[in-house]
Amino acid sequence: MSEVNLRRATSLDEALGILRDENRAPIAGATDVYVALNYGTTGVRQFLDIWALDELRTIVKRDDTLVIGALTSYTSLIESHLVAEHVPMLAEASRLVGGVQIQNRGTLGGNVANGSPAADGVPVLAAVDAVIVLRSIDGERRVSVNEYYTGYRKTVMRPDELIVAIEIAPVEGKQWFRKVGTRAAQAISKVVMAAVRSDSPKIAFGSVAATIVRVPETEKALASGKSIEEAVEILGRELKPIDDVRSTADYRRRVAMNLLKRFWSDTA
Amino acid sequence: MQFTLNGKATEIAGNPASRLIDVLREECLMTGVKEGCGEGECGACTVLIDGEPVCSCIIPAGQVEGADVVTIEGLGGKHPLQELFMNEVGAQCGICTPGMIMAAMKLGDKPTLEEVKVALAGNLCRCTGYSAIYRAVMKWKGMPEPENADKLVIVE
Repeated sequence: MSEVNLRRATSLDEALGILRDENRAPIAGATDVYVALNYGTTGVRQFLDIWALDELRTIVKRDDTLVIGALTSYTSLIESHLVAEHVPMLAEASRLVGGVQIQNRGTLGGNVANGSPAADGVPVLAAVDAVIVLRSIDGERRVSVNEYYTGYRKTVMRPDELIVAIEIAPVEGKQWFRKVGTRAAQAISKVVMAAVRSDSPKIAFGSVAATIVRVPETEKALASGKSIEEAVEILGRELKPIDDVRSTADYRRRVAMNLLKRFWSDTA
Repeated sequence: MQFTLNGKATEIAGNPASRLIDVLREECLMTGVKEGCGEGECGACTVLIDGEPVCSCIIPAGQVEGADVVTIEGLGGKHPLQELFMNEVGAQCGICTPGMIMAAMKLGDKPTLEEVKVALAGNLCRCTGYSAIYRAVMKWKGMPEPENADKLVIVE
């Protein structure tokens, strides 16, 4: 493999300047990128190391909105009182990411940026309509996480932009999260579901499509008062999972349907 | 790169993109750091950075600039948990052992068996078996020997 080049930024302004002038992929905790490098599954060799940008490690409440810095680790999410109060299912999801070693390095911004359809944190963000804050040297823009992904590992982020924060408005309703994998720790998900029970339920799935998905047909059915049995049937038609090394499409669809049923009875 | 390694100021030339495990093993000669999977799954390469267990096989060495790094060698070879891993037969082939011990360093006082299992969830053992490992850690913490330490725990 040709030599990997890592340039280290020590401030956000410096990082944004480098991203404007050079074609470099941002790297934070490296928990995904270095696996890809070790296994030769990425061709990227030019990186910008943003791990030192402590200014992106804050969790604050601005008005009623929770603002999570992009470099916040899963460990920090698990330990945060604000996260526990505002979006407890994000802490729950974080506990199921890898083991302690990965939770110490993996970041929420990295989980979003990496764009894996099996990301554990992103379904939670999708179910609460989180907003991704992107910054470049020219300014800042906000994109709903549900409009962030355009295809398998493809996002609307430009090469000169950096994810600086994730914003979560107050969540109305009961939160519910489940990860189904081979093992509690250290297993990539077969199916992940995150949902909020309210008059208009919000339901997101991971590992069942090329991106993290919401299921609008199923949500509409539940919001309009259809029975959970009908909603489960609709979900079965709405989801288009794939076969891969971790699972079959049929299995994923069945598990997703079962999870929806479980969500509904658990939050009744 | 300048960092503290097992209490000593250390300076390394070379590519900051090198994997931390390679720098620790090949340049610093800390060969107690083991490589298992090379993808952050097995925990054999666990070291402490500023007191936190991390997988050194998926960390760019440049990221330990200014940090405090501790490998199994930093425990000195006579650490009570090292002794207990020997006496309780918590090590068979030994590849997972340094990582297990380093991950256990983060445990607080009087952990429950469940807390030990969570702390070591990122460390895989394929031959010793987990009961002897949990027994060693619980004894180290002065906790009663766990019954059914190898019972499956279903995490909801």
